[in-house]
Amino acid sequence: MAAQSISILAIRDCRIRLMRGGSGAPLVFLHGGGGIGVWLPSMARLARKFDVIAPEHPGFGESDTPAWLDSVGDLANFYLDFLDQLDLRGVHLVGSSLGGWIAAELAVRNATRLASLTLIGAAGIHVDGVAQVDTFLTNEEQRIRDLFYDQELAEAVIAGSQRPELEDAALKNRMMTAKLSWQPRNHDPQLRKWLHRIKVPTLLIWGDHDRVFPQDYALAYQRLISGAKVVVIPECGHLPHVEKGDVFAAELEAFIGAMRIAA
Amino acid sequence: MKFFNFHLMPYRHADLDAIAKNGSAWVTFSNRHYDAQKGAELYHEYLDQMEFADKLGFDGVCLNEHHQTAYGMMPIPGVLAGALARSVKRAKLAILGRALPLINNPLMVAEEYAILDNLTRGRLIAGFVRGIGAEYHAMGINPAYSQERYAEAHDLIVRAWTEPGPFAFLGKHYQFRYVNPWPRPYQKPHPPIWIPSQGSGSTIRWAARMRYTYCQTLSPIAAVARFFQMYREEAEKAGYQASPDQLAWSNTIYVAETDERAVREARPHLEALMNYFLKMPTEMLLPPGYTDPASMKRVRAAKVTGKPQSIEDVIKAGVVIVGSPNTVREKLAEYQDLAGFNTSLTKTQFGTLPDEMARGNMTAIAQEILPHFRDRAPQRTRPEAAE
Repeated sequence: MAAQSISILAIRDCRIRLMRGGSGAPLVFLHGGGGIGVWLPSMARLARKFDVIAPEHPGFGESDTPAWLDSVGDLANFYLDFLDQLDLRGVHLVGSSLGGWIAAELAVRNATRLASLTLIGAAGIHVDGVAQVDTFLTNEEQRIRDLFYDQELAEAVIAGSQRPELEDAALKNRMMTAKLSWQPRNHDPQLRKWLHRIKVPTLLIWGDHDRVFPQDYALAYQRLISGAKVVVIPECGHLPHVEKGDVFAAELEAFIGAMRIAA
Repeated sequence: MKFFNFHLMPYRHADLDAIAKNGSAWVTFSNRHYDAQKGAELYHEYLDQMEFADKLGFDGVCLNEHHQTAYGMMPIPGVLAGALARSVKRAKLAILGRALPLINNPLMVAEEYAILDNLTRGRLIAGFVRGIGAEYHAMGINPAYSQERYAEAHDLIVRAWTEPGPFAFLGKHYQFRYVNPWPRPYQKPHPPIWIPSQGSGSTIRWAARMRYTYCQTLSPIAAVARFFQMYREEAEKAGYQASPDQLAWSNTIYVAETDERAVREARPHLEALMNYFLKMPTEMLLPPGYTDPASMKRVRAAKVTGKPQSIEDVIKAGVVIVGSPNTVREKLAEYQDLAGFNTSLTKTQFGTLPDEMARGNMTAIAQEILPHFRDRAPQRTRPEAAE
């Protein structure tokens, strides 16, 4: 794994935790509602080609919970401040699930610092008539099982999730996830009206067995963001960067590589 | 002591096996199981019971609020209160609902309660609750904003009742250019406010500080005593001595000729309440944000087993009182002294208990229990017993 560092960064009044590793063009990874987790093998692989920056969102884990934080829009604006403060340019912005929603909201507001946008199993819009699990009504173990196609992997994650030292962060993450996504559930009705404003190359990576935001969501995002490319990874659940890290990283690298050739 | 006939208005014809199969009578238990013919009969049966309680000499009748559940058919208690406002002639009318955070326009509660207070010429008791966690699943309200919305709605309603309008109100969750409700409440400055809770420390502190009557919901008597002691201590911190009238215990009482007969008669109906109507997964009861992480951790650590409770369990824990008139009098006096309350919010109908038995129970309570407690106040409440 490429070396990564952990640091604390203050953006205005809010201190957040940051994992960072590798060098190259900046790749900012926005985590989902489950929290930032660990420096994944897929991040380590991407760090061979990119400066991978994975912030822990305000209100999650060890980051501050600022009084102003009420909505995903607040986080999108926060990350615009973040990009300004770090003066990042040509950013490849990647977001998973709730992080994908933040990334889409950010790109609609201001994409001048972005080179590309990648949404992984992203929340943010609603698609009628798609069966989805209610992650607020399932118990902890079932919730983890629902995230993965490979149930052996799910069992391993369940076993690892029960360490008492993780409990505080898990409760904090869950509370903030509820605050941001309970109602309207997992989406902002205003967002889909403005997704056409996203002009940067956009990649939509979905697991074929995503039970949280099934593939139909990828297709709906594709209809709303012109030129967006969909990649569906077989035998994969809601978290391709965790469950199929190599395939995910390879697809992202290929997409960014092709983009450079086209440019 | 004052006695209120407290009704949950359960859909008592519910298919208990279907509830068990679904895992809960709440939120996800399909309303295909609701039969409107039976439901209509039940509404009238229960309202008749409330009117009967008034005639029997109960000091008040209590309505409740829960949503999308067979546990109780009173999502909009004001409708039923309206039905009772003219037929209950003497007793107080308490709504131990209005789950304020669930309502997007709290001014409607100010209006609704003010109408009821006028209709009853000042017999309304105004309850303000947050609702249980299941309500947030059922009503699409964000549990993480529950406390904020409750506090803001409360402030708005009390101001709407006490400050001459129109005035403007600008909150985080509710904004009004004109706050000027007609009618104004009949009672001055406003109807008594009662706060039911499961025992949250912050709620008890707040209720004590505001001098609102605190109602402890379904709990073992030792816990009730502990919560009431907390209230008295918080009142002292706020610079006054709390009266037992500020403390109400929500219980279930069933009286029959003998202890044995009372237990036998109440058993299936009470166990239906405990093991079917009340059951729900932790995720439904405590959605994230509904309580602070510290309380959430305590609940998780307690690892509620969900093991079925027998009538003996809940009698022993002092959640309910079931027995002969003599047993019930003894227990109630003991509990009153232990916990120091002066209001009993008593479910006389519970679970699947049919009408005839409920009425028999109400009559027995009115004849055998009420007269003995009419002028009885808590004796030498022992704070040490609550520790």
